[in-house]
Amino acid sequence: MILYLISVGLSVTMGLMGFVNLAHGVFAMLGGYVTVTLMNRFGVPFLVAVVTGCFLVAAIGFVLERMLYRHLYGRSELDQVLFSFGLILVSVAIVRIVWGPLAQPIRLPEYLKGQVEIFAVTMPAYRLALVGFGTAVIAGLWLIFDRTLFGARIRAAVDNRAMAQSIGINTNRLFAAAFGLGTGLAALGGGLGADILAIAPAYPLQYIVYFLIVVAVGGLGSIKGPFIAALAIGLSDTACRYFLPEVGSIFIFAFVFFVLIWRPNGIVERH
Amino acid sequence: MAAVSSQPIDGNAPLSFMRLLTLLPWMVVAALPLALPGYEPLATQVFVMILFALSLDLLVGYAGIVTLGHAGLFGVGGYTAGILSVHGVTDPIFTAVCAMLLAAITGLTFGVAMLRTKGLTLLMLTMASAFLLYEIANKATSVTGGEDGLQGVSFTPLLGLFAFDFRGKTAFFYSLTALFLTFIFVRALIKSPFGWSLRGIRENDTRMVAIGCPIMRRRLIVYVISSALAGLAGALQTQSTQFVALYSLSFELSGNILIMLILGGSGRLYGSFVGVPVFMFAQDQLAKQDPANWFLGQGLILIAMVMLAPGGILGVAQRIIGAVKVRGRA
Repeated sequence: MILYLISVGLSVTMGLMGFVNLAHGVFAMLGGYVTVTLMNRFGVPFLVAVVTGCFLVAAIGFVLERMLYRHLYGRSELDQVLFSFGLILVSVAIVRIVWGPLAQPIRLPEYLKGQVEIFAVTMPAYRLALVGFGTAVIAGLWLIFDRTLFGARIRAAVDNRAMAQSIGINTNRLFAAAFGLGTGLAALGGGLGADILAIAPAYPLQYIVYFLIVVAVGGLGSIKGPFIAALAIGLSDTACRYFLPEVGSIFIFAFVFFVLIWRPNGIVERH
Repeated sequence: MAAVSSQPIDGNAPLSFMRLLTLLPWMVVAALPLALPGYEPLATQVFVMILFALSLDLLVGYAGIVTLGHAGLFGVGGYTAGILSVHGVTDPIFTAVCAMLLAAITGLTFGVAMLRTKGLTLLMLTMASAFLLYEIANKATSVTGGEDGLQGVSFTPLLGLFAFDFRGKTAFFYSLTALFLTFIFVRALIKSPFGWSLRGIRENDTRMVAIGCPIMRRRLIVYVISSALAGLAGALQTQSTQFVALYSLSFELSGNILIMLILGGSGRLYGSFVGVPVFMFAQDQLAKQDPANWFLGQGLILIAMVMLAPGGILGVAQRIIGAVKVRGRA
């Protein structure tokens, strides 16, 4: 579910805006760091910290888009890859200097620590809350993209930017807003998932493969796709670790490889 | 170009002079152990990485195939050489050839599937293929040594004459020779009609199809060639360090080699020769104090390069020279 939360943000920036953004994990990591710092140092409650992190990082994403990213929309994939890789390295270095090389511990609030019993199956409350939150985000995103003017404008601008511009849509501001949304979602995922994906400087490098896999398998620019992909990958990974521990993550990469060969544009194609 | 055309009949002097001139840097480098004794192992590393970057340049620079998994093939070569040596096959040249073959086969297998796709999907596939190989090597501990790396690698003397000595002199000349031969080969390749067709595919693949170029086959061929060369680089690495570790298959290496190539300037043949030494020197200097410095520097350079100086160091040099020439004429 964490995977989904973070990846759907990437699906927004990468799929809708057609930008190969390897640096997505950076924003998730920043969200995590803000959350952890607010909680541990200033005693801010968990949810408030996560939401603050989300908005703060969205603002950072907005500024970065205005300053750097927008110059690269028309450039080749290679340039975009290199640029975002550079961004990863810079962020890793900065985080290391500010917070040190160790992983930041997170203290979950009491109400998320216990076990919850549903239909005679006990589940950790934390994970249950994540699932609930993820579902809410899906619903919210779907509403935004399918039912609001903002969503319609974004879809229009993605399909034909020049035309959208000429009928009076300010595509520059629109893209910046969409980018902010994407990074905010990443931060949300990073903050909420801080207990599962540990917040450490290597974060963007360590997990980027998973985010990218989810997006590529799920289909670019779709909201449903990454959900299905994250679910499929999460489930099969867990199942595989449980039943065939010696195979490990070989399975995941083989799976991804074959899915992409079979469906080069992802499970859910955009029409 | 003149350098690959058949022998000129009138044997004009400037041409052969130019030919000697291109050999000059190689001779200077070959004389390096005399000037800077003790730096042979480092220089060997640089040669191996240049060779590796050169193989990547064929894909990224000429064929326009962006890959984030080139280390996978490097690692296949490295592990082939290492595993053969542990099992008693210790002739360096023979194992290097085996490494090239196996890397080429790996490249062919993945390439057949991957090269039909484009853009992000291709990028993801190259990445997934390298991660797949990495995980296999990580799990097959009985064969590869897993996370500890492969121990007990050693090779018999080169050609039965030159032992791999402690100071690394043999490895130095061995890898320099391999690099030189690869360079000659790559140069001939990119100047051939095949090489030009690759550039055509990079620039406009639809049009290349229209004029009857079998682009899938061309891309596959260059991918296999590049894989073999990457495998050779991997084998040289194993032979000169007598060790293989998972790093040689890692995403980190795939990323680093791409950065080295881009730093020098891709699609320029000499890009790797500039980018790799600069990168390795900077890494050595910056990482000495704190690895964070190195990440920061590397990241800033990358961002600055993409924003301000596409074409890398050589691209910038070319533009400066161009500007000076224009001014000289005015």
